[in-house]
Parts: sequence; C-alpha cells; structure tokens
Amino acid sequence: MSRPRPEPVQVVKQRRDAALAALVASVPYARFLNITFDRRGDELTAQLNFDEKLIGNPFLPAIHGGVTAAFLEVTAVMTLTWANLWERIESGSLDVDELAAGKLPRQPKTIDFTVDYLRSGLPRDAYARATVSRSGRRYASVHVEAWQDHKDKLFAQATGHFLMPQDAAKQKTADQDFVAREATPPKG
Amino acid sequence: MTGGRMADKKQLARQFIEAIPHARELGMTLTELGDGSAQIVMPYDEKLIGDPETGVIHGGAVSALMDTCCGAAVMSHPAAPGGTATIDLRIDYMRAATPGQSIVTRATCHHMTRNVAFVRAVAMDDDQDNPVATAVGAFTVERKF
Repeated sequence: MSRPRPEPVQVVKQRRDAALAALVASVPYARFLNITFDRRGDELTAQLNFDEKLIGNPFLPAIHGGVTAAFLEVTAVMTLTWANLWERIESGSLDVDELAAGKLPRQPKTIDFTVDYLRSGLPRDAYARATVSRSGRRYASVHVEAWQDHKDKLFAQATGHFLMPQDAAKQKTADQDFVAREATPPKG
Repeated sequence: MTGGRMADKKQLARQFIEAIPHARELGMTLTELGDGSAQIVMPYDEKLIGDPETGVIHGGAVSALMDTCCGAAVMSHPAAPGGTATIDLRIDYMRAATPGQSIVTRATCHHMTRNVAFVRAVAMDDDQDNPVATAVGAFTVERKF
C-alpha cells in the first residue's frame, strides 16, 4: 500500500487562502461592510469589523438590523460557494490564478432568508459561521449563527434557501433526469 | 389626532430615520409616511453589488432596506410606539433587481398588539408589475422613552 506523498503545508495553505481571498475580494458589498473571513481547514468564520456607519439606533447604540441580516446573508452565500468549490480547489481543476484574475464561478441565488434577532448587536466586531444543512443539485439550505463576546450567546441566527448555479449543459441533463425519473413508475 | 400633531409625528419619524447612520450610508430616503405605512427609496450603487458578473445588488442590501422600511412603518403607527426593534424578518427574493435602477420599498404595519407589531413589505424596481422581493416580520413595541 502506498499513497501519494502529501503536499507541503505552504502549498496547501497558499492555494486555499488565495482561493478564499479571491472569492471575498470579488464581492463589493462584503468590502463595503468590511466583512473578512478566517479559515481553519475548510471551516470559515466571518468577521464584521465594526464601524460607526453600521449603527441603526444611535441612542443605544446598536448595529442596524439590516446590517445583521446582510452580514448573515454574506456569510451564508460565501460559505455555500466555498463548500461548493472546495473539491475543485483541492483537486486543482479550479485554477486559483484565474479566480484571482476575476474569472469567477456563478454564485448561488437567495430564494428566501429568515433572520431571528435574539439580542441587540453591540457596537463592536461580530462573528458568524454558517452550516450547509443540505446541498442538492438545485437547492441548498443553510443555517447561520452570529455572536459577539460569547460564542454560545448568539445575537442573531438565520436560515436561508438558495438556488444553486447551473451551467446550461448540466441543467439540461438535470431536467432530463428529472423527466426520466418522473416517467419511470416506482418499483415494488 | 389633529393635523398639526400628525405633521409633527411625521417630521419626527422622518428625522429619526434620516438620523440612522446606516440608512444614510446606503442613501435611503423616506418618500412617504402614513399611519402605519412607509415608503423608502434606495438608489443603485456599485458598492452594494453582490455578484460582480451581473452587477446585481446583494440580497443583504435589500434586507437592510426592508428592515429600515418595516421599522419606519411601525414607528408611524397611530398607536405611536416609543421605539421598535426587529424580532424576526423573512425575505423572499422573487427575482434579481435590475442593475442601475433604484429600489422602492413599501411597508405596512397591519396589526399591533401591546408588545408586538406585525409588518409586511414589498420591494420594486422600475418594473412595477414584478416585485423584486417581499418581506414579513414581527417587531417589538417599546413604550415611550
């Protein structure tokens, strides 16, 4: 039994970090809100870097509910895109240099997004992690949790459904599969 | 309520919304305020883009607009809460907003109890027949400060 020699750590890290950086840099809205991402293996943590312009209630003060929703949605979309591309990044079939040059994959589209506001967002940095609960060929369901000081004291959480990007050829096959499946009487 | 007091309330609500740093940052303008209803316009801006391939605004920016508009509708309700905060907000995205066009949101606070305000909203661009998104939410009713 022999297995291929593992890649050097720098090569692995460089490839993953470059891919993530390219994806994050490509979203103007994430830059506007100053959302950055931390990576441990394939796990992502989003960070909303606090700024006065994110305030919704100047008297408390508290982060705007819309900013919280946006932060959760950016985290959900990025995590879903990342999970979707991971295999291709690792196998090398996705060219990270091309990604960095702006040749970007199509993004998932939000179908619906429901935010639970658990406590008010304090005027400081916030963090969020998303879990892809289900990822199918066409639809995905993602859950996101956000906290500030204590990881187990969430200030908001959300669940969203997304339409996965389909390239034209794949879509056709998927539709044919669907028709074929519908046309085949159930066995047994 | 007399016309004068109503005008005062609207003036106050308008100032309140325009004093929200994030609403100002996104260029939101309150264009209408009724008894439990509000209309807010957000102009297209490149910094709000979610998908650079298409130039379509990020869903999160639409969420921020919806949340502000729903809050404004609650504040404008005749029962006049002293303040409000979002409990939950669900947004359904019907289609991508057309790049370059402003987004207009209309929210209605259709029911208010002692503690909870129920709101629905719709977001449109220039195509008035096909909404971009709809929202439903529940908000807290804070007593006077």
